[in-house]
Amino acid sequence: MSEYAVSMEHITKTFPGVKALDDVKLHVKPGEVMALLGENGAGKSTLMKILSGVYTRDSGDIEVFGKEVKGDLNTKQAQDLGIAIIHQELNMCQHLTVANNMFLGREIVKGGRLDTKEMNRQAAEQLAKLGITDLDPNATVGDLPVGRQQMVEIAKALLINAKILIMDEPSSSLSNAEITEMFRIVHELKNMGTAIVYISHRLQELHHIVDSVTIMRDGKYITEGRFEDFTMEQIIANMVGREITNQFPRDDVPRGKKILTVEYLNAGRMVRDVSFDVYEGEVLGFSGLVGAGRTETMRAIFGADPKETGEIVLDGKPISINSPGQAIRQGVVLAPEDRKKEGLCTKLSIRSNIALPNLDTICNIIGKINKKIENAIIERGKNSLTIKMAGPEIEAGSLSGGNQQKVVVAKWLARDSRVVIFDEPTRGIDVAAKVEIYQIINDLKKKGIGVIIVSSEMPEVMGISDRIIVMCNGKITGEADPRHTSEEEIMTYATQFGANAS
Amino acid sequence: MKKQNPFQKLMAIPGIQSVLTAYIGVIVLMIIFTVMNPNFASKTNLMSLARSICPYLLVGIGQGIVCITGNIDLSIGSVLGMSAMISATLICNGVNPIVALIVDIAACLAIGVINGILVGKFKLPPFIGTLGTMTICRGLAEIVNGNYNTGDIGTAPLATAIRNLFCYGKIGVIYNGVIVTLVIWFCFNFIMSYTKTGRHIYAIGSNVDAARLSGVDVFKTTTIAYLISAFCSCVAGLVVMAAAGMGSMQAGLSYEMYGVAAAVIGGISTLGGTGLLVGVIAGASVWGILQNGLTLANVPAALRNIIIGCIVVACVLLDIMRRSGVKFKKKK
Repeated sequence: MSEYAVSMEHITKTFPGVKALDDVKLHVKPGEVMALLGENGAGKSTLMKILSGVYTRDSGDIEVFGKEVKGDLNTKQAQDLGIAIIHQELNMCQHLTVANNMFLGREIVKGGRLDTKEMNRQAAEQLAKLGITDLDPNATVGDLPVGRQQMVEIAKALLINAKILIMDEPSSSLSNAEITEMFRIVHELKNMGTAIVYISHRLQELHHIVDSVTIMRDGKYITEGRFEDFTMEQIIANMVGREITNQFPRDDVPRGKKILTVEYLNAGRMVRDVSFDVYEGEVLGFSGLVGAGRTETMRAIFGADPKETGEIVLDGKPISINSPGQAIRQGVVLAPEDRKKEGLCTKLSIRSNIALPNLDTICNIIGKINKKIENAIIERGKNSLTIKMAGPEIEAGSLSGGNQQKVVVAKWLARDSRVVIFDEPTRGIDVAAKVEIYQIINDLKKKGIGVIIVSSEMPEVMGISDRIIVMCNGKITGEADPRHTSEEEIMTYATQFGANAS
Repeated sequence: MKKQNPFQKLMAIPGIQSVLTAYIGVIVLMIIFTVMNPNFASKTNLMSLARSICPYLLVGIGQGIVCITGNIDLSIGSVLGMSAMISATLICNGVNPIVALIVDIAACLAIGVINGILVGKFKLPPFIGTLGTMTICRGLAEIVNGNYNTGDIGTAPLATAIRNLFCYGKIGVIYNGVIVTLVIWFCFNFIMSYTKTGRHIYAIGSNVDAARLSGVDVFKTTTIAYLISAFCSCVAGLVVMAAAGMGSMQAGLSYEMYGVAAAVIGGISTLGGTGLLVGVIAGASVWGILQNGLTLANVPAALRNIIIGCIVVACVLLDIMRRSGVKFKKKK
């Protein structure tokens, strides 16, 4: 009855404290590629996780090929309905062969033994349908380039009769040649009548394959339509779209002398020839899409990852940083992106966490911790950030996300640093906590400390920083003054993939 | 918040519940064995029981600290054997016993450094790295005296002094070995609770990435933990050697696992990051009391092992169930 392969209406999903999806709709026809667009955190992934059964919706209707999905959907049921998802990070058993991976969990067994021959035959057949004839089903997946691995994953999805394929940032880790190959396969899939939901930040590539678009923003549905009915400017405006309110308390401080210079920093694929300066009395924002190389740049400066080349000059003196310990001693500190994974020792007390990087200043000559100094540091951190806690002895892991983040920031306030780097300091925390962290950033700036903030939230980076550097694909692609720029301009820099395809 | 009474203060220490559970276990076991055989509670038995617990406690301290870093040290038993053999062989061959002790300690510490390099620098899985040193050290223990156990270390004044210091001598009613062990426990407990090194050890066990990004030298800290473990095994080897008055090539067999048992019963997680050394005393005591009490109760040796094994598994299972229960509540 329905012309749509998938139709989702009035989908709402709330996580504790956050309304992730608010009355969202989405339609895809068979044999059509639909681009689902939006900024980071717009709710695209949440919506797709609901469709693939990872999350359950709070309310709303889902129809798959005209049949209503009643009640909660789990991943198994979603698979049975023909819904498959290709994640940005591929889920493959690296040590198994192509055929083994494709038949994982549904192996063909004959007389109690694996029928390898039959599985290889069917795997080759399936790959051939996608026009891939030069891939040996016996090859080990881990030996294949990423693009090829993705093909295997797509072929695997077809093997379980996927009629609806969700591709989450499929091009983000592929080379240009691989992307061309991937597009060819997407066309094949279209011809077979598969409905495809295509999520990508690379707006420039959409015209190769996309038929229709759905745009989301802040968990809400914004618009949908035929792709050719939109101009690129309209798409970006719809994605960004919100008015810039003044919830970002930027204090203007006269710019002082140069504190930090980074020159020709290279570290792996994601940091190529990065050079910039940080001045006293300014907050330097780093903008760009997820995976643009901003975090990698900061980690390389901080000594967390090895550098290939590059010079770092602090207060006019060249310094060498080979480990985070060296960076901290010389006055460069980093509050990392993922607080659970890198920011906190969740099993340790709040006290131990805040004291950890400052033990050199707390301890006496034989290394005994001076409780008085330690308590003073904890008090300072607690007061400047109003960390809500029962006491400093409780486990850091038991705090809420916002308070955990405050502990991560408090760690670095106790010492006299020259440059403080914040990587996504406000991810996943509420507005009140955000404003407190912005105040801290402003205070540091007023004290003449250089502040770098990496943020994927456009309004934040526009609101809090004094100067914005935009990165794309490991390179700096633009610089802007947030007072005189638009989100569109930054978005344009952030998607300049072609400009540095070398 | 500031006006906590001492009991609340005690209960607020992270990990204290597991420790208290272990001490309750010790008390319960002592009551049971006293009821079964009143001789258990005699002064003589309790004192020699305390002495027999010493090697378990020493390896428990070492293994416990390595476990807190999130690693494991399988070489403990072999280092213990090596220590016993090196010291006894040297003394038997007329080397000044003090020199013998110094050489012995140096050799054991070298193994600690090697473990630290393998695990901390070259990132070998600790299970494999220390499995290698475990085998090597057992081989060294055998080779030192040409594949024979040593003879008696004799009754020269210094040799007797060593036997007295590590085992038989007494201050009041307490054996010197117990005092030496407790002094070592106090030192390492101080390091773990009150110093930078201790904090670093907990930090790398809790989250090695976060610790590194906070400026902790992971290699150095890992090596220190393995050094402490090697030192404890070394002293345990001396205690065993002093008790026997000779070096046995089989000394310390499976002691790395006794160390794990003492640490885990005492509330130290093998996953790292949590645990208190005060628990290890209870953990080692449970082990020692079971051995001693079951012997006094005339339980045959084979049955004894089966019972001890079951009780240890039950202890740890209970603790894990208690902990995961806490987690479920949080998730809700």
